[in-house]
Amino acid sequence: MSTARPSSPNQPDSALRWFLRGATNLFSVPALILSTSFVGFAALAMEAGITQAQAVFMTLVIWALPAKVVLVGAILAGSGLFGAGFAVALSSIRLTPMVVALVPELRTAGGRRWVLYALSHFVAVTSWVIAMAHVREVPRDMRTAWYLGVGGTLTVANAVVVAVVYQIAPHMPAAVSAALFMLTPMYFLTSLWGSARERATHVAMAAGLLLGPFFAWLSPQFSLMLSGLVGGSAAFLWHRTRGRRA
Amino acid sequence: MSFDALDTWWWPYLFILIAGAVTTDSWRFLGVWLGGKVSEESDAMVFVRCVATALVAAVIAGLIVSPAGALAATPLAVRIGSAAGGFVAYLAAGKRVLVGVVACEVILVGWMLLFPIESAA
Repeated sequence: MSTARPSSPNQPDSALRWFLRGATNLFSVPALILSTSFVGFAALAMEAGITQAQAVFMTLVIWALPAKVVLVGAILAGSGLFGAGFAVALSSIRLTPMVVALVPELRTAGGRRWVLYALSHFVAVTSWVIAMAHVREVPRDMRTAWYLGVGGTLTVANAVVVAVVYQIAPHMPAAVSAALFMLTPMYFLTSLWGSARERATHVAMAAGLLLGPFFAWLSPQFSLMLSGLVGGSAAFLWHRTRGRRA
Repeated sequence: MSFDALDTWWWPYLFILIAGAVTTDSWRFLGVWLGGKVSEESDAMVFVRCVATALVAAVIAGLIVSPAGALAATPLAVRIGSAAGGFVAYLAAGKRVLVGVVACEVILVGWMLLFPIESAA
């Protein structure tokens, strides 16, 4: 507080300005691609018999796309609450290290804890990638406002995308919806590869791609958990013996 | 208790909240709580990333190998081929996601133009 700036009377203005600057990331390439994969997600959810309101609700309260796709997959497979929750939880562990990496960038000396907890809800692959790339260009005491602009608007905008797709999808030709269904896996395939921090993650990815269909054939109910644990452990062992950095 | 186990309007929302929201936000909150205390580079974090990545990769494989809706009307080889083609284009373009996605869709849509799929349902 001894370092209070002369500009502190205009702080609300300034926070709003940085919020809006964060919001302009809505028009970046990663955000555009994310929106197209939400189009794919909406098509998938629709096919699974999930209503428009439920799909919008999912987008707002879960946000992370892999978690939502896993949940829809579990619903399609007729999984119970526990099975579905466990698969989603296992697929979302990656959010923890992402938040761990982002928090030191957003934290200020006098900042309130709950703000960080609330903002962490907006952490998913795309907003995290944008934040890690640009957060250092933002003055430290404006970073929470800025990240709310990045993550909050991205979440709300994609909820709108999902709602709109539900309105127009029934009128789409089969070839168009087939093309849409391919967007989500292709987006994940490439963005997951690109966000890897060490080579072991690439090994884990390859293992998961191969083990997924195998376990789906062997044991449909537990295929995701088995692929994650077996493929992930194999990649980790590889990391311990040979790996290290990407 | 599956998603459509109860015939009430609120059950699906409760299902989404418990199976989807609690299970994702817990990891985020844990991240805030741990923030700064745990090194990203630690073996535990590497292991966590490996398991999560393999699981999401299994989901991706599922969406390609046994897709939902109209995509299921295309041959498996075309789906794998377009994904592989997109991935090669992504790597060749210096890891640009947009290039990979576009290349994949060009292959897939091109095939569907040559061999139209039947309208589903």
